[in-house]
Amino acid sequence: MRAVRILSRNIRDAFKSVFRNFSLSLASITCITITLIVVSLSLLLTFNVNNFTDKVEKNATIVAFLDKKITEEEKETLRQEMQKIDNVDTIAYESKSEIQEKMMNESETYRNIMSGWSEEENPLQDTYLLKVKDVDFIGETASKIQELKGVGTVKYGEGMIEQLVSIFDLVRKGSYIVVIALIVVTAFLIANTIKITIFSRRREIEIMRLVGASNINIKIPFVIEGLVLGLLGAILPILLTTYGYTAMYNRFDGKLFSDLITLIIPQPFIFQVSGVLILIGIVVGMFGSLRAVKKYLKS
Amino acid sequence: MALIECIGVRKQFKTGVVAIHNMDLSIDKGEFVFVIGPTGCGKSTLINMLYRKERPTAGKIFIGGLDVSKLRNNKVYKLRRRIGVVFQDYKLLSRLNVYENVAFTLEVLGLPKDEIHTKVLKVLDLVGLKGRTKNYPHELSGGEQQRVAIARSIVNGPKILICDEPTGNLDPKTSDEIMEVLEEINKLGTTIIMVTHDIDIVNRVKNRTIQLDNGRILKDYAKGTYNNESSKNS
Repeated sequence: MRAVRILSRNIRDAFKSVFRNFSLSLASITCITITLIVVSLSLLLTFNVNNFTDKVEKNATIVAFLDKKITEEEKETLRQEMQKIDNVDTIAYESKSEIQEKMMNESETYRNIMSGWSEEENPLQDTYLLKVKDVDFIGETASKIQELKGVGTVKYGEGMIEQLVSIFDLVRKGSYIVVIALIVVTAFLIANTIKITIFSRRREIEIMRLVGASNINIKIPFVIEGLVLGLLGAILPILLTTYGYTAMYNRFDGKLFSDLITLIIPQPFIFQVSGVLILIGIVVGMFGSLRAVKKYLKS
Repeated sequence: MALIECIGVRKQFKTGVVAIHNMDLSIDKGEFVFVIGPTGCGKSTLINMLYRKERPTAGKIFIGGLDVSKLRNNKVYKLRRRIGVVFQDYKLLSRLNVYENVAFTLEVLGLPKDEIHTKVLKVLDLVGLKGRTKNYPHELSGGEQQRVAIARSIVNGPKILICDEPTGNLDPKTSDEIMEVLEEINKLGTTIIMVTHDIDIVNRVKNRTIQLDNGRILKDYAKGTYNNESSKNS
């Protein structure tokens, strides 16, 4: 019963204290808000860059052009052999007439040229389109396919794809480092602002100690206060993330600059980012308070 | 065993300054003791050790059987609940009114609201501030602020009240009023240790007086034997 009374008093005092020390609380909240907005922007950017790079990597395709004289049976055997290669994920077949049809639909010029081709006159080749599990080994996989019987030539965007993958890898790693660094800086900034808030209330802590408050009794209201500050500071960044990102997504129709760069669909993405922001706000607020208040519990 | 027992207490600061030299001191339950001496003689260090703001470098201090010198930082509250401390600068919370400042002690201990209400009004009556419950510290005189501080320190019924120059900032008339309050509290059974520079009070009240000099007990006057002549040396 006593513990419940103390806890409810602590919670009440924490809220009271946020408003009683309004100017200092506002300073902490503003600091949390600004830094969380920066964190939010970097999170949105990082996840979108990753989404884009993942997509490009997943779309990397090996095209195996088949020999002209290959029989239906040999094609099936070839498919089975391809499937046995570790890195091969999915295999799709496109006959030369399907390719012809596709090309004719794509352009009027192709249509004019190709419309006269009969099945025998069609110079295109039947193909297998293969997606790989790990794009890093696409070159190796392509060489293995090249060696199979019935395969004419193999194309997969040699050189360019490896270069793109290594650039994407760099961007991804870089963006993670930036986000982590930002979170650390945010934690540091928020903790320091809270430290100033608590410094101005060291007299209060001293009196609490003097009248027989245990350390845990002193810490709890400050920790709850840190939590409240973190929550309040996260409100604006969350609203900006939720409405800002959705508005941007709608404005650009989910694409940026070209059809190639697609943005992540807002829901549930914005909720996930908001969750991370709340978590950072609360955790940093609480631990920032705890660290600062500990300093004054030594006498 | 006496209520307060200091055995071979020594306090040396990190700077090398020795504030208290091998001090033995014993104070019984119900006593009202003055501690006097020139600035820097170790008065404040002694009482700081009594409420465990400072730890002795050597020796032992027992308060009601509790070994204060061994008390860990996170257990200090156990001692502080047994003693009240009053300072020259009152140490009131400016954002709380008189009632809230006094109730603060009991709220920290988690007492029920009704009990807090009864106890706070009772103690405010004792210090003569029953009609000022809603006032904030800046609306009170120095003497009234000190009464609030005293009320706060005794509201949970401590066995010992430590006063560090409680009349230091007050005029003689107000000082006398504060002394009356303290004497009243002492009569109710609380042991009081009061550090003071005010020789007039010491001479008038004629309680046991411990005179310190250079971190040592120079003289320990028994009740009623203190005189002006010795105070001139202090």
